[in-house]
Amino acid sequence: MNFDNWVPLLIVIIPLFVSVFIFTLAEDKTKTRSVLNIGASLFSLGLVGFILWGVSSGHHYETRFSFLPGLDFVLRADSLSMLFVTLSSALWMLTTVYAIGYLEGSPHRSRFFGFFSLCVAATLGVALAGNLITFLLFYELLTLATYPLIVHRGTIKVRRAGRIYLMYTLAGGAFLLLGTVLLYSITGTLEFVTGGFLSAFDSSNHSLLILVFVLLMIGLGVKAAIIPLHGWLPHSMVAPAPVSSLLHAVAVVKAGAFGIVRVVYDVFGIEFSVILGLTLPLAIIASITIIYASIRALFQDGLKARLAYSTVSQVSYIILGVAIAGPLAAVGGVVHLVHQGVTKITLFFCAGNFAETLGIHNISQMHGVGRRMPWTMTAFTIGALGMIGIPPLAGFISKWYLGLGALEAGQAWVLWVLAGSSLLNAAYFLPILYVAWFKKPRGDWPAEQKFGKYETSLLLLVPPLITALFVVLLGLFASLPFSALAWSEFIISKEFLL
Amino acid sequence: MLIDSPHWIIIIILLPILGSVVCFLWREHIVKLALATAVGTVTSVGVLSWQVITNGVQRYELGAWSAPLGIELYLDGLSLLMLLVTAIVGFAISIYASAYFKDDKTNIFWPLWLFLWSALNALFVSSDIFNLFVTLEIIGLSAVALVALSGGANAITAAMRYLLVSLLGSMLYLMGVALLYHSYGTVDMVLLSLRTEMTPTMWLIMGLMTTGLLLKTALFPLHFWLPPAHSSAPVPVSAVLSALVVKASFYILWRLWIVVFPLADHAQANLGFILGLLGSLAIVWGGFQALRQTRLKLLIAYSTVMQIGYLFLAFPLANVMGWKATLYFILAHAVAKTAMFMAAGNILIHRGHDRIADFYSMAQYLPLTISAFALSGISLMGLPPSGGFIAKWLLLEASIVSGQWWWGLVLIVGGLLTGAYVFKVLGYAFIQEDSSNEPYPIGISKRMEWMALGMALLAIVLGFIAPFILRIMDIGSPFAEVLS
Repeated sequence: MNFDNWVPLLIVIIPLFVSVFIFTLAEDKTKTRSVLNIGASLFSLGLVGFILWGVSSGHHYETRFSFLPGLDFVLRADSLSMLFVTLSSALWMLTTVYAIGYLEGSPHRSRFFGFFSLCVAATLGVALAGNLITFLLFYELLTLATYPLIVHRGTIKVRRAGRIYLMYTLAGGAFLLLGTVLLYSITGTLEFVTGGFLSAFDSSNHSLLILVFVLLMIGLGVKAAIIPLHGWLPHSMVAPAPVSSLLHAVAVVKAGAFGIVRVVYDVFGIEFSVILGLTLPLAIIASITIIYASIRALFQDGLKARLAYSTVSQVSYIILGVAIAGPLAAVGGVVHLVHQGVTKITLFFCAGNFAETLGIHNISQMHGVGRRMPWTMTAFTIGALGMIGIPPLAGFISKWYLGLGALEAGQAWVLWVLAGSSLLNAAYFLPILYVAWFKKPRGDWPAEQKFGKYETSLLLLVPPLITALFVVLLGLFASLPFSALAWSEFIISKEFLL
Repeated sequence: MLIDSPHWIIIIILLPILGSVVCFLWREHIVKLALATAVGTVTSVGVLSWQVITNGVQRYELGAWSAPLGIELYLDGLSLLMLLVTAIVGFAISIYASAYFKDDKTNIFWPLWLFLWSALNALFVSSDIFNLFVTLEIIGLSAVALVALSGGANAITAAMRYLLVSLLGSMLYLMGVALLYHSYGTVDMVLLSLRTEMTPTMWLIMGLMTTGLLLKTALFPLHFWLPPAHSSAPVPVSAVLSALVVKASFYILWRLWIVVFPLADHAQANLGFILGLLGSLAIVWGGFQALRQTRLKLLIAYSTVMQIGYLFLAFPLANVMGWKATLYFILAHAVAKTAMFMAAGNILIHRGHDRIADFYSMAQYLPLTISAFALSGISLMGLPPSGGFIAKWLLLEASIVSGQWWWGLVLIVGGLLTGAYVFKVLGYAFIQEDSSNEPYPIGISKRMEWMALGMALLAIVLGFIAPFILRIMDIGSPFAEVLS
């Protein structure tokens, strides 16, 4: 065993240890906790940078030990996993800073940060999982680690939301387990292989493989919030803002979407999926989700509820990109994993700032908020425009590639979905921007707090500004090496054997 | 060398009996003596494990008389794992009980429990059916006495019912033993396996023994005695009963089914199907009953009714993978259920009641205990990573490979039901209390909290050491007979 065999495990173990250590910390040790949290996330970020460099120059990092007879526990740093790992570690850092500011002085912080780190560990495990059983392991761990975060506030209403969340995710997990076992009993292997491994098996039994695919998609679709499996997501908005941010941008919904990417590319293989006729239904379901959720978003007055439906819609872009089954669209889908994450976390950070500083929870209360909190509102505006897909922001790049890819694959109908959803995005985001910037405030704010000379606490203000900056940079410099786009092209070139 | 001595197998039986008698006679130092006995027993089991793992199957002829005249003790991978889990759970329960009963200096718990431990050890190394009867009877009687310990009206009623059921079960089993001895002239299992054949008498024997053992194992619909007995006993006793005692009678049935009963393939399949069906009903019925309970200890007791159902899914599968899965399930369940009862005990002492709806803020007052409850719940649900997951995975695989996917569905439904009742408790534990309530002054012993958490963590660790455990199961290939 050399160092390369331990690196992927180290990535997962660091937040896990942080989590265990924080659980044992006394409630009032704020400083120790903060230093530990930020220190660990910075260290991880450094490690991720090191691995990124290694992976791009052809190094293999793999941890493997026997888990069950014939099945290994595998963590592997390949190009696809590193995309998700990088996103998770970077946003973990920023969300930690934000959460420290957000939860200042509130009770049960040790518990919160403990489960928060556990949640990050699970997400990184999902990203690095080298076979389906390891993936399943971390996927379920993620469910368990997020539950205490959702019910953190401990009211009756929150308990109900937690119950709904569990009903969906545990049932989803059961489908995933069933699909995994069935797959294993057919093939005897669960290892992710670039280009997929199923086409190598006896192809006489297509209907059974289709059943496996459906089971896996239901299991993953719950977390990715595909319609009609999205019911838990708007309810889980009762969680504190940093949790919603992390849930929506990186952890839960992304784990589902990432799993779908993995299954289609590295289990079934994109060509074999097309042969089985699985991609078109998937594309249609994704399209329905995109449009339907955008329409639902239009009618929400709660800011977080509108953002939640927007997430349901945007995550399906990733699935759509995969399901169009052409390399350009795939690049668009995979890069949206990062772009949506960075953009959506900006919006949720800002929503949290409005709630925390001014007590604003609804869009109808946002009149003139741009004057009171110009920096936060600027970040929000960038995020909203990015979601709509205004060039040169990150969201535009994703949509551009999705559109080009649809044309390339001869599926022009997708353009209508893209155009319709962009219009709807504009219809539910632009009114917010309008009232916030151009209307006059309606007297006093619902519950205003003063934070010295800045519009809000700096810990709350800096993270959304940084992520908003990323929304701009990821779009502007998309063509540079090591941008999310370049990396996605690197991934897809392998999957399509270009 | 001392460590290579063949007598360790007898020491694990004699030492707890000796401890039991000494505890009974010398009450002043009862806890110290009992804990010393527990340490000694665990060490002996440890040495024995080392012997089996390095040298394979162990045999021991009592007084150097061999079967069929003498009593032979036999130790293979299956026996060893049962001994090991008994030792680990037994040790944890002893430590827990030393804090739980700390105000009661002359407690009768200790001699009874050590006596029970000795009988469990003896049962797992016995290879003749009469010896098994004797040990089973001792286990039943000490268990009944332990249930009656807490002394309330409920406990006495439950204990009386348990006593009757236990005696009836033993009697049915004993009739089977008598008929077998009458027909084939031996009580040794290996010799019986060579002689038995399918006759009408054999059907009667199988019916009697199976019914007796099912009654003692509390398989649905013969489970009626279990919830009151397990829930009204003192907490350490509940843990012993759920984790170990119901497994003892199951173990006998298992050995008989594999070794002694001369079942043809189709008969095995039909009977197996019936047992699997009863197991499935136990899972669904027990799960719904557990979900309905408003008291934590009753909830856990019904959870045991449910989990016993899982054990019987192995009979229709009846392949090596299914058996191994079942054994893994037994280990995981024993450890997790012990942790869960211990957690319930902590809550009971802390709150003075176990009404689930009044568990608000428990996660804040007893974080270690609630963690223990949650972690053991994860294993019971069969979520990864945990021993329960390994067992569930193997069972699912066995059911799909053998083309009986419906048992797999039962497993999935069972997992979801377990999730529902575990999170019902956790959901209440996370609710913040109203500020109007008084804080709870009753602190509980850290030892009790850590024991619960330790057992729960062990259930999780079982999820990572599967290759090692599965290798031990192969020693002496206890499940090989069904291969044919």
